[in-house]
Amino acid sequence: MSDTSVDAEEVRHVATLARVDLDDAEVEEFAAQFADILTYFDALDEVPEVDDEAELVNVMRPDEVRESLSQEEALSNAAEAEDGFFKGPKVS
Amino acid sequence: MAADLNIFVTEETVESDADGPLSGTTVAVKDNISTEGLRTTCGSAMLDDYVPPYDATVVERLKDAGATIVGKANMDEFGMGSTTETSAFGATRNPVDPERVPGGSSGGSAAAVAAGEADLALGTDTGGSVRNPAAFCGVVGIKPTYGLVSRYGLVAYANSLEQIGPFGSTVEEAATLLDVISGPDANDATTRDASEARSASDGRTGTARETGTSSDYASAADGDVDGLTVGVPTELVDGADDRVVEVFEDALSELEAQGVETTEVSLESVGHAVQAYYVIAMSEASSNLARFDGVRYGKSGGYEGNWNESFARAREEGFGSEVKRRILLGTYALSAGYHDKYYKKAQDARAWVAQDFDAAFESVDVLASPTMPVLPPKLGESLDDPLQLYLTDANTVPVNLANLPAISVPAGEADGLPVGLQLIGPKFGEEQIIRTASAVEQ
Repeated sequence: MSDTSVDAEEVRHVATLARVDLDDAEVEEFAAQFADILTYFDALDEVPEVDDEAELVNVMRPDEVRESLSQEEALSNAAEAEDGFFKGPKVS
Repeated sequence: MAADLNIFVTEETVESDADGPLSGTTVAVKDNISTEGLRTTCGSAMLDDYVPPYDATVVERLKDAGATIVGKANMDEFGMGSTTETSAFGATRNPVDPERVPGGSSGGSAAAVAAGEADLALGTDTGGSVRNPAAFCGVVGIKPTYGLVSRYGLVAYANSLEQIGPFGSTVEEAATLLDVISGPDANDATTRDASEARSASDGRTGTARETGTSSDYASAADGDVDGLTVGVPTELVDGADDRVVEVFEDALSELEAQGVETTEVSLESVGHAVQAYYVIAMSEASSNLARFDGVRYGKSGGYEGNWNESFARAREEGFGSEVKRRILLGTYALSAGYHDKYYKKAQDARAWVAQDFDAAFESVDVLASPTMPVLPPKLGESLDDPLQLYLTDANTVPVNLANLPAISVPAGEADGLPVGLQLIGPKFGEEQIIRTASAVEQ
């Protein structure tokens, strides 16, 4: 039994969280599709709890100055740059 | 021909002065792998004028090996798709039948090799994106063990799942390219030390070979499979098209004639692999694609107003439908109240799949299945229903969840269309699957 329901408002809310604007047609389309896809994902409820004994180790390198991109290269794909900095829209 | 099939996003030749194993060899590079000074779009309008200031490690290794790069191959936008129809630069067509899709997301790479536009190609495989188009285009594609090939310079989609992998016309050619690109890289901490890989490699014969510069995957393509045990997971055959199954079973019979013992095995967990794969991949995508804000790179749109609004409008324009769909679903799966229901459960399923494979490899050397459960669909046929499209990845995604190596090798044809056979090995068991695949070729 699925408790998954996705309405247009919820799609708009998630789109806001994800910082992606959607037009009205996309909202309608996604709402219908998400209901199907999330219902399908509900089958994960049947997955047993599994002991995951991953052998994880932290991999660190020494914190040393290395060669890197020049400031000019790093800025080369920016739409706008000023005085060696990226220039973005204002933060409100 | 290349123009008709729309194989390349950018067709430009980069020669190498180096003398190496790929001298005189042409290679197509998937357009999500960074090439210094050569536009890298990821198949997205968001990056249509992005020119990386550095080479990916695999591209450096190609150049050091003497390869000539002939272009950046078309792909599903950011690697999201199974047909190479979601590219902002239009769909690629299958060289075998231009009315059909080449498979995805590395469809341009596979088509380049199938059409003779390149001797070899690099793709990326997050849930089957090398093996799927290899199967649909009738070429060989290898998805390496996670950590064998550096991802430095790959524009990330789902870091924990993806690997760069080679395409070739033959198993030996694809393996030669794997020799060139594999091995530890100081710029990718997930690449593994050769000694760790060595202890796990080639369990059947007990021989130990190192990865990296000292690897010799190409010479493993010797076709010697006498005495090998191949397990066939019933779950990966049951749902497949009858025509595909027939070709698959004929190929197994050929292997048996060469001294292979086949046995049925069960992988109970794979029934949940597709759900787990998409939840994890979408979650990682929602995080990875947050970097495309139009400030450091990506389309800015030039909007006024505050940062969040201008960012959201630029992304509305820059991303295609499938990318938005996955970012939104990933954001949803990670959001408060749903994390335990989707993301945590998906991680449980992932561990379960890994355990299932480990158990299977206690009794068999390699596993075999059809690569794709279907024949290549016609262009446009499968785009309307994303869920149906996700289901076509059922045979390939379990391998990525378990970080295992797998290869797709042409097994024959059905209705004039290629059918791929997938061979899966234990971690760092590349030699064994390459050897077995070379026997399928014979």
